[in-house]
Amino acid sequence: MNDSMLKEKGSVAAEAFHVESSQNVKFRISNMDLHYGTFHALKNINMEVPEQMVTAFIGPSGCGKSTLLKSLNRMNDLIPECKITGEILLDGQNIYDPSTDVNLLRKRVGMVFQKPNPFPMSIYDNIAYGPRTHGIRSRAKLDEIVEKSLTDAALFEEVKDDLNKSAMSISGGQQQRLCIARCLAVEPDVILMDEPTSALDPISTSRIEDLVLDLKKQYTIIIVTHNMQQATRISDITAFFLLGDMIEMAPTANLFANPKDRRTENYITGRFG
Amino acid sequence: MKSIDKSNSIRKGSAPPHTGSIAFKFVTYLCAALTIFALASIVIYIFVQGIPNFFFYDESGALHFKSSLFDLKYTTDNVSMFHAILNTVYMTALALLISVPLGVFGGIYLAEYAKPDSKLVKVVRVTSETLAGLPSIIYGLFGMLFFVNAIGWGFSLLAGAFTLAIMVLPVILRQTEESLLSVPRSYREGSLALGAGKLRTTMRIVLPVATPGILAAVLLSIGRIVGETAALIYTSGIVAKVCVSPLDSGRTLAVHLYQLQQEGLHLGEAFAVAVVLLIVVVIMNAVSSKAAKKLSSKG
Repeated sequence: MNDSMLKEKGSVAAEAFHVESSQNVKFRISNMDLHYGTFHALKNINMEVPEQMVTAFIGPSGCGKSTLLKSLNRMNDLIPECKITGEILLDGQNIYDPSTDVNLLRKRVGMVFQKPNPFPMSIYDNIAYGPRTHGIRSRAKLDEIVEKSLTDAALFEEVKDDLNKSAMSISGGQQQRLCIARCLAVEPDVILMDEPTSALDPISTSRIEDLVLDLKKQYTIIIVTHNMQQATRISDITAFFLLGDMIEMAPTANLFANPKDRRTENYITGRFG
Repeated sequence: MKSIDKSNSIRKGSAPPHTGSIAFKFVTYLCAALTIFALASIVIYIFVQGIPNFFFYDESGALHFKSSLFDLKYTTDNVSMFHAILNTVYMTALALLISVPLGVFGGIYLAEYAKPDSKLVKVVRVTSETLAGLPSIIYGLFGMLFFVNAIGWGFSLLAGAFTLAIMVLPVILRQTEESLLSVPRSYREGSLALGAGKLRTTMRIVLPVATPGILAAVLLSIGRIVGETAALIYTSGIVAKVCVSPLDSGRTLAVHLYQLQQEGLHLGEAFAVAVVLLIVVVIMNAVSSKAAKKLSSKG
């Protein structure tokens, strides 16, 4: 990465992106800073994430995009030296308020990880784990949830005869769709996806992308991706991050066709990253 | 380095033989063969020496099973080992009942709840590693001074079981911790991200994955408990009868074997005890691995 290229200021100061008034704001992040120990990983982040759209976070490795994603369901709580200031509102409620029940937050804000991480149990039990966690015991109800979640994740037809088979025995692409189904089973509002296709082959990737486009009708989706083509294919809004700053956020078509900041332009044209 | 053959042949034999790699392969084979040979010859020797002692010829020369070896009551004539078999099972069960819950829950605390690399964790690690290397007779001495004398249980199964429990605790504790730590983070994250709490994540996702490792520690412990003599002679005593209450004194198979051998009058029977001891260990291992499989598949 070229230093002078990074320091070079864009000709236009990035304007704040605002969700159109016709659209609901799902997440509103204001003045948020995040430190890992002494490392300032996210600097004064302000953003609005619209409901039922796909928002993509792009940027080079170490820019903080995954860190921000993990702040949205408080998975960063697992890292002892991680400290967050500022506000993250989910439908107007501050998720870092002491009165927040983290388990209920994570039920509403589901997450799909970079590497498929099915539990070492049957396909059925993987899906049923979440609903069981939240108190559903009836077999009939669980059967219904399992079928619906797998159908919504476009996996049911492939595994309907093998629901008792170990989830570790299906392919990587199927495992990732299983993880999406597992996430859908607890009926979240938001699905966070942390580079969900980076460990998959191109065919599995395109199936997941189709799935994302389908899911946004019902869910708010935030996806971190390294792949700019992927961002253009599936996202409505894109935010570009660099060294802990959010540089620019705009409707995806605008951001890629007409970046306002020089650094965004340099990144999306492949000059660094 | 020798000059490389320019013929470009990939046929066998066209390159000089890799003497180094052949020698290394031979050494590994040899070591594996020697290990198996040593183990097999012990087992075969015990069986050859032991099995004839289960049988006897009557006056007419007919072969009979010497059932007196398993008489309910031990006498110096029948040298029955029945009491010792029961006491061994009793002792193993009691010692595991004390050490497994302590070790497993302690291990869960160290791996899942304690701050990693906190002082407490370090102290527990160093202590348990030291304790694991301590000769068992020292546990016996401690058991005698503490459980037998200070608490006043006298020579008893209970004193023996507590002593052995302390002896195997470090193994179970450390192995549980290691097994839990080796469970991939991604499983924990997957569970937490679904809104499951720490307790549910640990019990339903992490623990079942770690079970085989914990089981290995339990099996190792069973081996040590069943095979222990020094620590038991000073805590549980050498009385040759079936223990009814945990406060009764009694000898396990290994102690029985030691006593027979030491008295020198019943060497043949001592070998018969060794055969039974071997079989008991095999059965206990099989049972506990079955049980753990049942447990872990429930998840």
